[in-house]
Amino acid sequence: MNNSLISQSFKNAKKENRPALLTYTVAGDNSKKKSLEILKSISNYADICELGFPHNTPIADGGQIQTSAHRAIKNGIKINDVFSIVNKFKKTKKNKPIILMGYYNMIYQYNENKFIAKCKKSKVDGIIVVDLPYPENKNFSSKCKKNKINFIQLISPTTSKTRLKKIINDSHDMIYYISMLSTTGEKLKVSPKKIMREYQKIKNQNKSKNVVIGFGITEKTIKSLKKADGLVVGSAICKEITNSIKKRQNTVINVTNIVKRLKNKIR
Amino acid sequence: MKLKKNIPLIDQHDKLGFWGGKFGGSFIPETLKKPVEDLTNEFQKLRVNKKFIKKRNLYFKNYIGSPTSFIKLKNLSNHLGGAQIWAKVVSEANGGAHKIYNATVHALICKSMGKKYIVGDTGAGYAGKMLSMAAKKFGLKCKIFMGAKDIKRQKPNCDAMKKNGAKIVPVYSGSQTLVDAVSECMRYWVSNCDNTHMCVGSTVGPNIFVKICGWSTAQISRELKTQLKKEFKKIPKKIKLINCVGGGSSAYGFWSEFIDYDKKQIELIGVEAGGPKKSKLHAAPLSRNAKIGILHGAASYVCQNNEGQIRETESISAGLDYPGVSPIHCFLKDTKRARYTFATDEAALNAYKMVTRFEKINPSLEPSHAFAEAIRIAPKLSKDTIIIVNSCGDAKKDRDILKQRLGKY
Repeated sequence: MNNSLISQSFKNAKKENRPALLTYTVAGDNSKKKSLEILKSISNYADICELGFPHNTPIADGGQIQTSAHRAIKNGIKINDVFSIVNKFKKTKKNKPIILMGYYNMIYQYNENKFIAKCKKSKVDGIIVVDLPYPENKNFSSKCKKNKINFIQLISPTTSKTRLKKIINDSHDMIYYISMLSTTGEKLKVSPKKIMREYQKIKNQNKSKNVVIGFGITEKTIKSLKKADGLVVGSAICKEITNSIKKRQNTVINVTNIVKRLKNKIR
Repeated sequence: MKLKKNIPLIDQHDKLGFWGGKFGGSFIPETLKKPVEDLTNEFQKLRVNKKFIKKRNLYFKNYIGSPTSFIKLKNLSNHLGGAQIWAKVVSEANGGAHKIYNATVHALICKSMGKKYIVGDTGAGYAGKMLSMAAKKFGLKCKIFMGAKDIKRQKPNCDAMKKNGAKIVPVYSGSQTLVDAVSECMRYWVSNCDNTHMCVGSTVGPNIFVKICGWSTAQISRELKTQLKKEFKKIPKKIKLINCVGGGSSAYGFWSEFIDYDKKQIELIGVEAGGPKKSKLHAAPLSRNAKIGILHGAASYVCQNNEGQIRETESISAGLDYPGVSPIHCFLKDTKRARYTFATDEAALNAYKMVTRFEKINPSLEPSHAFAEAIRIAPKLSKDTIIIVNSCGDAKKDRDILKQRLGKY
């Protein structure tokens, strides 16, 4: 999968001597139409777009993403709508990678094989499943690989050294490093130096893997981690959607502005 | 799918933690892999450590008050005719419910792992109250996650938690009941797993929590077995063990010693919360044929919609008001070893009224669901049939609801 759109995005960012910027928004937040508009607009600045398929019992998400997910579900988002958002997005932005992110029960109910087939058809580039860790994910991950979809493994500060090796061995083009013991959207409670040290441990295992860092990354903290291959911002964006709705402002413009600012900080 | 004999049910899972190949497992974020593995190793060591077992038994006896009594409900049996109805009065345990067993064991494990903080979820407030008691007893700092709706309806238990020095964290997300409390508790653990031990309040959650809880509540059936032999000289020919099922911790504890028996001799009956008579909502995934899904780190029958969103549940009993159920009960259902049914809010209230009219026990709304089934089937059964109900909780915590619904408490 070396020439996947995901790998290509990292190469492009590297050429510009900066980390790739990854955004996370929830499909259907705050409506199907709006979330597609937001996605299209922020993808002008983001290198890779993560799109969450919301679940109402998330065990690793903080308040901001829970609020976004809640709004999306309330507005009637279904898994098939998520695929149709990706489909429409890819019609105008065919080279921009999309990674779906969510909880396993949604995939399980949809049926694993059907889910992967649908991903392939709508040109999804990668999948992150928060509660399907290694080695439980072996089967699903290899199914993804067969269909040329990147399954993205997660690594956290608690991951042991032996486990780390096994996970990296089983990973595809991209690995997601969770910066700290935290749900999404908490304040960064570990020093960037320490995070980069842990990050380097992963890189040392296999230089060819693209390792992104996520959790706790905001406009304030993004610059301090810019040596990474990629950086993910999620809660800060979801929070902006919430605030814009509260202030009755244009969510698309406000969210695009924050992504633009994030990008400027890592150039 | 088959049950094995002479192996505790909690240990009949495969390498990845699944019972019957599909129930249970550990669907957890990467961050929790290590703490769950550490806990698994620690528990594996402790459960075969003679010193630890001795300590546990000492606390079970001197602190919890084991054994709880096993009594015949003569008046109720006479009134209904048919089978003899007995009760295992587990609500006599320190704190007023079976939750003290799991809480005590978790506190002991937490101590042994050198952690100073312990967190837990609660629905009816018993799991929280007991954890706060155990935490106080063993000098641990304690936080309890509880749905805002449950805080309102189970005030007596909240008062007890505060008195024991625990901090109650109200959960306002979702339906503001047990399901949300468990989610929030797990999220808290994700962020604090380096210095904090998590206690899951029932036989639910990732594999290891099912095992620890089942191992703890199994004390109930060990006592019952001895008491049966003492009372009847040997295990009687026709027994029905009736227990309410929310997460399923008291039912597993009540049944574990008897699972190997033929079901013609000892029938296991689980009673779930059917919710209000006129409502479409319920908390009965086993008896009302919910599909398998993943909730709080384990695969089980779960009340959910086609998409996999967890459904809201409704029950008068906060302790049973949970959309999922223990994977070991799913296993017992699919192997047909146990039979599962449900009782409505109204049936549970009527059962409470009848039991308290004839007998001196005061079962909470949770076991009142089990009594409802006992009352329903007893008249049709022969005199030599022994129905035993696990009266696993005391109704003190339900006084506000009972006052409101029955006009008195």
